Amino acid sequence: MQIFTWFADYVVYNFLHLEKGHHLTNAVHFFIEDTSKIFFLLLVIIFIITYIRSYLTPEKVRSLLVKKGKNIYFAHLLADLVGIITPFCSCSAVPLFIGFVEAGVPLGVTFTYLIAAPTVNEVALVLLYGLFGWEIAAIYILSGEVIAFFGGIIIGALKLEKYVEGYVYENVSTDIDLEVEEIKITFKERVKEAFEYTINLIKKIGIWVIIGIGMASGMHGWAPTGFLAQIAGPNNPFAVLVAVLIGIPLYSNAAGMIPVVSELIRLGVPIGTALAFMMSVTAVSLPETILLRQVIKPPLLAIFLGIVTVSIIFTGYLFNFLIP
Amino acid sequence: MIIKILGTGCTNCNRLYDNTKKAIEMGQIPATIYKVEDVKEIMKYKVMTTPVLVVDEKVVFKGKVPSPEDILKTIFNEMLNKDKDS
Repeated sequence: MQIFTWFADYVVYNFLHLEKGHHLTNAVHFFIEDTSKIFFLLLVIIFIITYIRSYLTPEKVRSLLVKKGKNIYFAHLLADLVGIITPFCSCSAVPLFIGFVEAGVPLGVTFTYLIAAPTVNEVALVLLYGLFGWEIAAIYILSGEVIAFFGGIIIGALKLEKYVEGYVYENVSTDIDLEVEEIKITFKERVKEAFEYTINLIKKIGIWVIIGIGMASGMHGWAPTGFLAQIAGPNNPFAVLVAVLIGIPLYSNAAGMIPVVSELIRLGVPIGTALAFMMSVTAVSLPETILLRQVIKPPLLAIFLGIVTVSIIFTGYLFNFLIP
Repeated sequence: MIIKILGTGCTNCNRLYDNTKKAIEMGQIPATIYKVEDVKEIMKYKVMTTPVLVVDEKVVFKGKVPSPEDILKTIFNEMLNKDKDS
């Protein structure tokens, strides 16, 4: 990632002719380096993920789960892994849920997928990688995957099928077509679609990324880093809990939240607290919950929310403990 | 021509609705657009991702928001296919 430092060096010293060592110079340098790096990463990584996605439609995931999911642990793992790269818009939660259950995917496995897909968000991944390195990005993926894996297993073990709205099972038919017709898209079309999606996404979230990095560079070198660390720092045992409780109703486009989170970490908030906050914003979304109510009854909804919330809080404390 | 937009009411569904409206105005196509938000209705089309664009009961786009131009192209293609059939 050295190249972005050189790029920022060139712009700041040779093009803008700013003097070395000043606060302003540092801030501008920081801003240019981070924005160029993040936008480059967003472009490359989102493009790659969207391209892979074009091969992995929900219909394919479903037939994969039904066909290869004889071993229940393997099925959970599979649902977990495909959850990382498959598209997930909260409005697809309900049709996806019904589609899975109809085809005979076990309830627990369906939930593993429902938890994994929004918890591990590719934009969050890019930003974490770009701003803090691969270790933190890996921790983020791993904790999301573990939560989804065990969350699904618990829901499966509790035998909660009775809390699924009756009409979902009414439609269960044996004639669900699991043979997925190969969609005839050429390589060129896939690339074009992936590229368009990437550009649209960057257009949508770009402004938030810039604002976030701008705020961070504004504080670079000046900010009283001790301030936030005092409120949400390692000395406050309730910090993770509070962060998660604030995060849940805050649901927004996940990407919009990331600069805020990176800001928090820079200002001395421990990684676990920040991660917990971010995951609660993306994983537990109010709109999705309201939509899911159409297919599952309140007790199951509560168990689902409870498991996810508790796991996220636990992850937060665990990482604060491991990486103080 | 009957065009339906299936979706549970998120921003993507609304964007698809707007783009489809634009497409119809651009192409001056005599069509009625319906929004379908009821899950049971949506499931009849055997889709797992929303939003979905249905032209005369045929699913033409699912899980994405195409541009008005792309929608118009698809609608024209559908009209041509139908002429061939009849």
